Amino acid sequence: MTRHQDNPIVILISRLLSPFIMLFALYVIFHGHYSPGGGFQGGTMLAASILLIRLSMGSEIAQLQFKRSWGTRLGSTGVLIYFATGLFAMLMGGTFLNYRFLSLSKLPEYSRSYGILLVEIGVGLAVMGILVAIYDDLLEGDPDD
Amino acid sequence: MKIVNLFILLAFFFLMIYASAGLPDRGNNRARMNQEKSLAGSPNAPSYYIHYAERDTHTPNMVTVILADYRGYDTLGEETVILTAGLICFLILRKKKKQR
Repeated sequence: MTRHQDNPIVILISRLLSPFIMLFALYVIFHGHYSPGGGFQGGTMLAASILLIRLSMGSEIAQLQFKRSWGTRLGSTGVLIYFATGLFAMLMGGTFLNYRFLSLSKLPEYSRSYGILLVEIGVGLAVMGILVAIYDDLLEGDPDD
Repeated sequence: MKIVNLFILLAFFFLMIYASAGLPDRGNNRARMNQEKSLAGSPNAPSYYIHYAERDTHTPNMVTVILADYRGYDTLGEETVILTAGLICFLILRKKKKQR
C-alpha cells in the first residue's frame, strides 16, 4: 500500500475542498431558521472538513489545523453554551430555556429567534468537537496514521 | 441457555411486528394523533405548532422551532448523550501514560 501522504493530487484536492465544506457547514448552521439545517447537520459537516485534512495528510500535519486535545474541550464548550443560554434565561426571571427572557431584542419573538441561533451554535460546536475526538481516539497509538 | 435467549428474541420480534400492524398509517388524517383536537377537546400539539410556530418565534422553519424551542430540553439531552459518547471513547481508547 502506498503512503497516502505522498500523493499530491489527493492533498491538493482535499486542501481545495475543505474550506468550501466548512463554509457550507457554517451556512447550514446559520441558515437553519429558513431552510433545512441546524446544529447537528452543520456540526457533522464541519467535522467532515477537518477529518478530510486528517485523512489526506496524516494526523501529524493536521495537528497544525486542529489539535488532538481540542476535541473534547470543544464538545464540552458546546454543551456549556447550550446550558448557559438556558441558565441565563432563568437568571433573567424566566424559566429554564425560555428564550423570551434573554432580552436580546425588544420584541420577545425576535429574542426567541436569536436564542434558537445561540443554541444551534452550541450544538454545532459540540457535534464537531466530539466527532473529531472520536476519530482521534480510534487512531490513538496507530503508527501508520 | 442460548437457545432460550434466541426464542425470547424471536418471540419479541414477532410481537413487535404484530403490534406495528395495529398502528395507523403515516399521514392518515383520520388518525387520532393527526386530528385538530384531542379527545378532551383541547388543540393537539401538532396543530398548535403549525398555527403558532412562526408567530411565536418569527422563524419560518417549523422543524428548527420545535427542535430548539418547544423541545429544548430534549435537544439538551441529545447533546449530552453525544458528549457522553465522546467522553466514553476518550476513557476507553485513549492510552494512559506509562509510569515505569
